[in-house]
Amino acid sequence: MTTVAARTAAKPATMAQALQRAMRDAMAEDPNVIVMGEDVGTLGGVFRVTDGLAKEFGEDRCTDTPLAEAGILGTAVGMAIYGMRPVVEMQFDAFAYPAFEQLLSHVAKMRNRTRGAMPMPLVVRVPYGGGIGGVEHHSDSSEAYYMATPGLHVVTPATVEDAYGLLRAAIASDDPVVFLEPKRLYWSKSDWSPESPAAVEPIGRAVVRRAGRSATLITYGPSLPVCMEAAEAAQAEGWDLEVVDLRSLVPFDDETVCASVRRTGRAIVVHEATGFAGPGAEIAARVSERCFHHLEAPVLRVTGFDIPYPPPMLERHHLPGVDRVLDAVARLQWEAQS
Amino acid sequence: MTVQELPGAASYRPTPPPAWKPRTDPAPLLPDPEPYRVLGTDAAADFAPDVLRRLYTELVRGRRYNTQATALTKQGRLAVYPSSTGQEACEVAAALVLEDQDWLFPSYRDTLAAVARGLDPVEALTLLRGDWHTGYDPREHRIAPLCTPLATQLPHAVGLAHAARLKGDDVVALAMIGDGGTSEGDFHEALNFAAVWQAPVVFLVQNNGFAISVPLHKQTAAPSLAHKAVGYGMPGRLVDGNDAAAVHQVLSEAVARARRGGGPTLVEAVTYRIDAHTNADDATRYRGSAEVEAWRRHDPVKLLERELTERGLIDEDGIQEAAGRAEEMAARLRERMNADAVLNPMDLFTHVYAEQTAQLREQAAQLRAELDAEAEGDDR
Ligand SMILES: Cc1ncc(C[n+]2csc(CCOP(=O)(O)OP(=O)(O)O)c2C)c(N)n1
Repeated sequence: MTTVAARTAAKPATMAQALQRAMRDAMAEDPNVIVMGEDVGTLGGVFRVTDGLAKEFGEDRCTDTPLAEAGILGTAVGMAIYGMRPVVEMQFDAFAYPAFEQLLSHVAKMRNRTRGAMPMPLVVRVPYGGGIGGVEHHSDSSEAYYMATPGLHVVTPATVEDAYGLLRAAIASDDPVVFLEPKRLYWSKSDWSPESPAAVEPIGRAVVRRAGRSATLITYGPSLPVCMEAAEAAQAEGWDLEVVDLRSLVPFDDETVCASVRRTGRAIVVHEATGFAGPGAEIAARVSERCFHHLEAPVLRVTGFDIPYPPPMLERHHLPGVDRVLDAVARLQWEAQS
Repeated sequence: MTVQELPGAASYRPTPPPAWKPRTDPAPLLPDPEPYRVLGTDAAADFAPDVLRRLYTELVRGRRYNTQATALTKQGRLAVYPSSTGQEACEVAAALVLEDQDWLFPSYRDTLAAVARGLDPVEALTLLRGDWHTGYDPREHRIAPLCTPLATQLPHAVGLAHAARLKGDDVVALAMIGDGGTSEGDFHEALNFAAVWQAPVVFLVQNNGFAISVPLHKQTAAPSLAHKAVGYGMPGRLVDGNDAAAVHQVLSEAVARARRGGGPTLVEAVTYRIDAHTNADDATRYRGSAEVEAWRRHDPVKLLERELTERGLIDEDGIQEAAGRAEEMAARLRERMNADAVLNPMDLFTHVYAEQTAQLREQAAQLRAELDAEAEGDDR
């Protein structure tokens, strides 16, 4: 048996491998954990995230389903009712939309409808976001839809370590988790070793990735590397930026975020999703409500434009990059301007 | 350029590779052209008298339940009630063909099936009264919550049946749906999954003629709803939905087939909704009274009663006894439904997540304060 661990023992691991390892470990520990979706079996998923699982655990545990997203999620609901813990893969962000009825009306509400008698311990894995040159319908950032649905947890890793830890936590959760995988970070690497996986992260805790004193960048998933780079670049301009990686959008870690903003007095929310009614709108409002007296400037947002996701040759103009973050940092000189 | 203009187009046929052939001869999957009947035919003589009597008692009780629940809407005790008067044979048979360990996946109209399966009549009405979404523990009774979004409970039934089979458990799922619901995508996806997985599941379509106001011919161009099964590779069965014995038999066969690993079946029961869609609907806008009267003469309770009487399986006393028991049930239901529900508003936050989020704890505290202030106001 060639496991990921054996193949990559010496090399740094990718996020895709960490995710695969998380599923593998969860499946090995609990026979009720099953993986299902389009092409997840023989092919190992179009991003190879489920590579080898069907071989190791059999097709009943890692199942190539018919091509029907509502059917995939709907049958997963029935399996969860019967005590299984399905991990469902949606092939691409925009192809999860046919399953929204099941997600919103049943997955999110089953615990509530039944007064807790029927929890929904399932995970919906959604590769999301742009930056990989995908054509139409392959690059959406749909997190606001999920966040606006009570009953769902919404989680997104930005590092290889978190990919493993958060997915383990998501599978262990008795509540449904929408697990957003930043697809352009699938091949990002770290020294994390699949041989000794990190402790399981609890869902709902943000983390300070870089300490700083003059402003806080609040971000998650694919925008974390952008913010880290911007923070380095801003150093030259005399800005000492703190970077908070949310990791969990629901539940939202007000504590970590607000503690940071109270320290720095300034905040910018950075994400790829559209700005209007996007995740940043909620985050900025929360921060303003809770940290008003500590703020030296309005909470700013650096987001994708309010447009349908653009064609690949134009996506670099849409995605918030380092320069756009630095422009916003410059705008934080609020007192000077007004 | 049209296809005909293409060079060589006239001779073009998509030529499958030699190994390709249809997987099944569709003929055995096709429904009979006429709905299957038992009552009034020779088949009735072979039918187990006990089952017929049991069906009759439940039909009478079910009819009374429908009229009582409808009356409760008029007294404001129920927010809404979708009556299944005229469809009781389907409701009752669906419940009676299942074993204890099996699961029922009802729609909003199928309260009666849940009650016939043994659910407390008051708990079955919780959704429609409005004190909570589901009034019972679905796991305990193996009855999924009454489902409002059309057809969405069908894939749940398939998933559950599939999971049970993976675990080696002897469990069949029976999912109920209306004729209108068969147009929904979830219906198609569920049937397809069920057939591909050979899941032990039975789909019961109650074709009651209308989806609210829309008649069947505007819903589908298929020869029958049972025909839809063939395309997925499962048998379709057409049955007279007002003939309790026929529905019981066809469903029993489908359940038995599923139980022995034969896969899913789609059963279309042709019936009629005698009442309006719900108490809030005006059925005179879309159908004539002559049609309703014709169906009243094909009443499921009367059909069975006639059979039982003619065969000497029940007498006037038996009929009175069944009616009396139904009346007792109605009286108890009335009495219990007339008690005001005791609700705890703090429950709003209790079952959203396994553990309350910080955000919900804050909102719960806000409501707590509002309730306390209200209570103080009452004291003054
Ligand atoms: C997805 C969805 N769309 C619309 C409705 C509103 N609606 C409730 S019942 C109904 C008609 C359903 O007709 P049918 O499936 O024939 O079942 P019946 O009511 O006759 O039992 C409609 C349109 C709904 N409940 N769910």
